Amino acid sequence: MQYSERVLDHFQHPRNVGEIPDASGVGTVGNAKCGDIMQMFLKISDDEIVEDVKFKTFGCGAAIATSSMATELIKGKPLSEVEKLTNEAVVEALEGLPPVKIHCSVLAQEAVQAAIADYRAKKQQKEEAQKTE
Amino acid sequence: MHVYLDNAATTKVLPEVIEAMIPYYSEFYGNPSSFHSFARDAHKGLDDARRTVAKCLNAANPSEIYFTGGGSEGDNMILRGVAQAYRKKGNHIITSKIEHHAILHTLQELEDKGLATVTYLDVDENGLVDPEAVRAAIRPETILVSVMMANNEVGTIEPVKEIGAICREAGVLFHTDAVQAIGHIPVDVQDMNIDLLTLTAHKFHGPKGVGAVYIRKGVRVPAMITGGGQENKKRAGTENVPGIVGLAKALEIQTENLGANMAKMTALRDKLIAGVEERIKTVHLNGHRTQRLPNNVNFGIRYIESESILLMLDLQGVAASSGSACTSGSLDPSHVLLAMGISHEEANGSLRMTLSEFTTEEEIDYVLEILPPIVQRLRDMSPIYPKGGE
Repeated sequence: MQYSERVLDHFQHPRNVGEIPDASGVGTVGNAKCGDIMQMFLKISDDEIVEDVKFKTFGCGAAIATSSMATELIKGKPLSEVEKLTNEAVVEALEGLPPVKIHCSVLAQEAVQAAIADYRAKKQQKEEAQKTE
Repeated sequence: MHVYLDNAATTKVLPEVIEAMIPYYSEFYGNPSSFHSFARDAHKGLDDARRTVAKCLNAANPSEIYFTGGGSEGDNMILRGVAQAYRKKGNHIITSKIEHHAILHTLQELEDKGLATVTYLDVDENGLVDPEAVRAAIRPETILVSVMMANNEVGTIEPVKEIGAICREAGVLFHTDAVQAIGHIPVDVQDMNIDLLTLTAHKFHGPKGVGAVYIRKGVRVPAMITGGGQENKKRAGTENVPGIVGLAKALEIQTENLGANMAKMTALRDKLIAGVEERIKTVHLNGHRTQRLPNNVNFGIRYIESESILLMLDLQGVAASSGSACTSGSLDPSHVLLAMGISHEEANGSLRMTLSEFTTEEEIDYVLEILPPIVQRLRDMSPIYPKGGE
């Protein structure tokens, strides 16, 4: 099994590692039993631009590289566009992944989606709280 | 620095071994089954090799050694052969849960085909098989017990002699997969009550694709590969003469140097174990601490995943592995670690480093220098690593 140069680059120098304490949305997917956990933190502006993104990942080289690449692909982009991020786009940006590692890119897509869902749920909660006030 | 710590996967071929093999490619290339001087030279190479291997294993007679195409072939030949030859007596086979896949997958297939009923014995947290559990599992229809001499992942050395004695007492054949043990620890088939044994050359500085089985006189193992009558009709196919000569040469050298190599590797192994335990928190030595192959180190490193450690090590010139080389690329955690009661989570973070007598103290120092920061970096990236460390 051989990783592309891009995968090795993102594995060795992962972009946007860490946490955002006041994140607008946090998504966690996977479990330690299956060997991968990804956590995505999004900071979303009022006009719904992904201003900042950070990740933490437990997993293989591909899991770390796909998380890193996903953050690069969505940082600074409008939410409407970020929502459409596919795992294929992550794989393509990494110049391919070994077949057994494709599930890592799916996990990265799901982590972003989970963070967006968390943002939406929090936003709705806030709006409802405002309504009742 | 380039450091090779994956000697349980395979080893480098000794220069003396290569030298011994070359004439059997260039000069004595005759087919040992032919009738001329070229054949006689090749045949002599085979005979000498058989004698050497018999001597190194303390087999009663060279005719009890049969050359094969490697460890997996040897395991297959013995399991399938015994199941077939002894089916009138019964079809029950006893093995352990931590055997190599060459044993486990073969037995699984025999079960699926209705040719065997298999008992898979548990091991303790150190990976040890309890000989009394073997005794308790033996039934009137039991034809074979197969327990490895030493485990390939965690290095635990099994109480083979005791298990062999129990089998002999019960009149049941005893096979041991000694692929990881031969050339690393003393092996004596007579003293250890072994009826059948598998070995392969590339684990002790011999060439790949050649192995041998020991079949005690009187034990019936029919041919799995049929054709010509080579290897006393037990293994057809023109003999890999250079490979067999290389196997014998490597085994001869390793047997001669066994004591010195064991002492050297044990010292370096223990230095590596102590160094890792001192420098990295929340690690767990997998396998038995003392009843262990002199060249095996296997750690469970919590909160991170094996492959990312291996990749980081590889980028800095260190070749290691997670469990067995045969399972890398597979997403399932090691069946050996799971059988030892280690959780899926921890089994995902295993790191195996296996030494050879060519491993130097400088290399161990280098690994001890680069491994802690690698682990810390990956832990800092891990969402399951407790904040602020331990």
